Amino acid sequence: MNVNWFSADYLPWLILFFPLLSFVIIVLGTIRNVVASQVVAIAGIGISWVLSMILFAKAVWLADETLGEHVYGSAIDWLHLGANTFRMGVQVDPLTAYMLLMVPLASLLIFIYSAGYMHGDPHEARFFAYLSLFVGAMLTLVVADNLLMLFIGWEVMGFCSYSLIGFWFHKKSAMEAGVKAFMTTRVADVLMLVGIGYLFIMTGRMEDGPGFTLSFQDILRNEEMLKFLVNAQSVIWGTSAATLISVLLITGTVGKSSQFPLHVWLPDAMEGPTPVSAMIHAATMVSAGVYMIVRMFPLLSAGANFHHFEYNTAMYYMGIVGSVTALGAAVLAVGQSDIKRILAYSTISQLGYMVAALGIGAWVAAAFHLVNHAFFKALLFMASGSVIHAMEHGEHHAAEHGHPHEHHEEPDGLVMDYCAPPNDVNRMGGLLHRIPITAITMAIGGLSLAGFPLVTAGFWSKDEIIAEAWHGGLWNDPYPLFVLIMLLLGALLTAFYTARMWFLAFWGKPRTPAAQYAGPGWLRDRWVKWWNKQPFSGEDKLEQEHADPVTNRSAMLMEIPLMVLSFFAITGGWIGIHKDIVGKNPLHDFLAPTLLEHPEVVPFDFTPMLVSMIVALGGLGLGWWLYGRKPLAAGQTDPTEAALGPGIWKMLQNRLYIDILYRNYIVRPLERAAEKIVVEGIDRDTIDASLESIAEAAIWLGEAFKRFNTVVIDGFVDTTVEGIGSFAGWFRQIQTGRIQQYLLFVTLALLALGTLFLIQVR
Amino acid sequence: MIPLWMYLVVAAGLFVIGMFGVLSRRNAIAILMGIELMLNAVNVNLVAFWRYQTPTKLSGQAFAAFVFAVAAAEAAVGLALIIGIYRRKRSVIADDVNLLKW
Repeated sequence: MNVNWFSADYLPWLILFFPLLSFVIIVLGTIRNVVASQVVAIAGIGISWVLSMILFAKAVWLADETLGEHVYGSAIDWLHLGANTFRMGVQVDPLTAYMLLMVPLASLLIFIYSAGYMHGDPHEARFFAYLSLFVGAMLTLVVADNLLMLFIGWEVMGFCSYSLIGFWFHKKSAMEAGVKAFMTTRVADVLMLVGIGYLFIMTGRMEDGPGFTLSFQDILRNEEMLKFLVNAQSVIWGTSAATLISVLLITGTVGKSSQFPLHVWLPDAMEGPTPVSAMIHAATMVSAGVYMIVRMFPLLSAGANFHHFEYNTAMYYMGIVGSVTALGAAVLAVGQSDIKRILAYSTISQLGYMVAALGIGAWVAAAFHLVNHAFFKALLFMASGSVIHAMEHGEHHAAEHGHPHEHHEEPDGLVMDYCAPPNDVNRMGGLLHRIPITAITMAIGGLSLAGFPLVTAGFWSKDEIIAEAWHGGLWNDPYPLFVLIMLLLGALLTAFYTARMWFLAFWGKPRTPAAQYAGPGWLRDRWVKWWNKQPFSGEDKLEQEHADPVTNRSAMLMEIPLMVLSFFAITGGWIGIHKDIVGKNPLHDFLAPTLLEHPEVVPFDFTPMLVSMIVALGGLGLGWWLYGRKPLAAGQTDPTEAALGPGIWKMLQNRLYIDILYRNYIVRPLERAAEKIVVEGIDRDTIDASLESIAEAAIWLGEAFKRFNTVVIDGFVDTTVEGIGSFAGWFRQIQTGRIQQYLLFVTLALLALGTLFLIQVR
Repeated sequence: MIPLWMYLVVAAGLFVIGMFGVLSRRNAIAILMGIELMLNAVNVNLVAFWRYQTPTKLSGQAFAAFVFAVAAAEAAVGLALIIGIYRRKRSVIADDVNLLKW
């Protein structure tokens, strides 16, 4: 085959191939050798990253604005369906290129981070295998040119997330969390699959059309196809096919990207190792959900004219679900004590922003925020992992210095308001002096998340969403106004909880011995001491003896990705600044050709920018006032808890009881129904019973034959024999042994014979 | 001449008496005596028939001589058997020799 693998048309295949190859090699080959597995995994994603960069460069500098129309890509005939042939392939258009900028880089950094974080774990090789498979699936999803291939990547990622969340499967809570994640997303995935199937059917019904297809080019850039889908009646009376398909596809994202009401899996997914959280819940899996609706936007918005504020059902769905999620999750994040859970709710909230953005038609803003969020959220998660490691190390160190090991009762299974001690923000404090690099990078990530004005990436992308909502809200259309208000309140809370998290963890004085001694390694300690301007003393020799060069190296492996991501958390936003400010918006110009209808640029208005600045600074300021000015001391109650009151605080800690509701009214009844109906009713009482009755019948028949044999046949024979026997027993008594008797018989016989003879003769 | 049937009646009478003796006597030797009587009765029958049917042929006489000889031999053998049994069982009563029974 005459293929130039380095041409932009074929490169995507290589990009998705290498991590999958790593997975195979690790599972079949290097699973017992941790270092080899690490090398293979990082090599796999490293190669993919290099190739992605080449492809990105080609897309940005060698291609022109027609990249959306004349995409790079190639496909193979995969399935012959009568007249049609279903083709599977890859494509690279501007949106794909933008995703390829983010996904491989974030993944590579997470892989390097994992080498440090998972050091010493007995199953480290298996971790890298799953991680490689996961990345391969994500890359498949990103470069796919049709909805089916996207869905394949989607589902493989679902499985990998289950395996990775439940990675420490001996721990019951981790296993439950993995199952919870998989089940919740499965519900959504089934509906999405129905949507995909229905789309496939409908595409085939169009006359003079491309026939049955799921290819993006055939559907999304095809004016006639979109019009046809909008006009076609769906199976539900009153809705169009496009609406039904869109609603089903969006439901897939509701599950995968953890929107209300299917958000329940993500906070519990924190049971998995932190690199998993960074990967799945920041950079890749949840992004995949949003990517899908960003990709399918022409279909979702078909029939609507959102530039003139006419929306359609799918857009209302996205907007309402997204904004409710954005605000709701932000509210919940305020009430969490577990550092990872705060970030989890933050992720849910930010994804809500992206979904809501699409709901009001802000397409470029949604993609922009997606990529920025991936960078700073991955950063935040990895930094939190570093914090947790430091706290765990501090716990051990504190024990050495005489502070007794506190015994912590771990619950058996998932408990809604349980917070593991190393993660507990209330037990931290003063970590800025112990783990400064982590503290600073987390601060950068946090500022980006909160949307600190002008400097950070998060500000620009969030501001763009708010600006578009404002633009709609200005015309007093209630729907964009609703979205705007929800998002602004959400932004305020986002800034607040971010500040709360950072100040509680890093500011003030340590609140527990673990925090006092937190942080690994001798090298770090020296650096920290220099930072704190403390003189070196003989105690350092003691520290030196405690030093563990391997711990130092793993600490370093964790910090380098943090620093790289901080860079992107700041600069990532600068490519998308509105063109009325800096003259050119390179991101918008690059991404716009992806859509058939180039997205309109909302005219620049300083008011929403000012409002979002006020909101962000206000939230950060409130956080500083409550937690920064007078840092929390040990034993003191959290000011937010004091302000809200114990009732509301408990409600937040219990996640508004939604999880408990699902568990008690959906999961448990289903489990009991499954137990009663399927296991007992169908399997045991019906299937097993019918099999047993067949067996019983066979046995009965056997018994009958046996009885027939015994009674009739054997009986007949036995009776005959016995008869003969008893007759013989009686008859033999004739043999008395007395001769005279014998002679008497002979005489009588002779007489009888003689008489007979005489008669005969006569 | 005396009619033949008188000799036959006498022979029959002897035979029956001998039969009775065989069947009813306890002592084995007495049974042997009965057997002798039956044999002699047969002999009388034989001679009577010879004299009255074929007096010129010698075979009738020869037959009677045979019977005598056989009877004598048989009596000797019988007595020897009885002596052997007596040595074993110390009894000559026929009924006691009943081992070959059921």
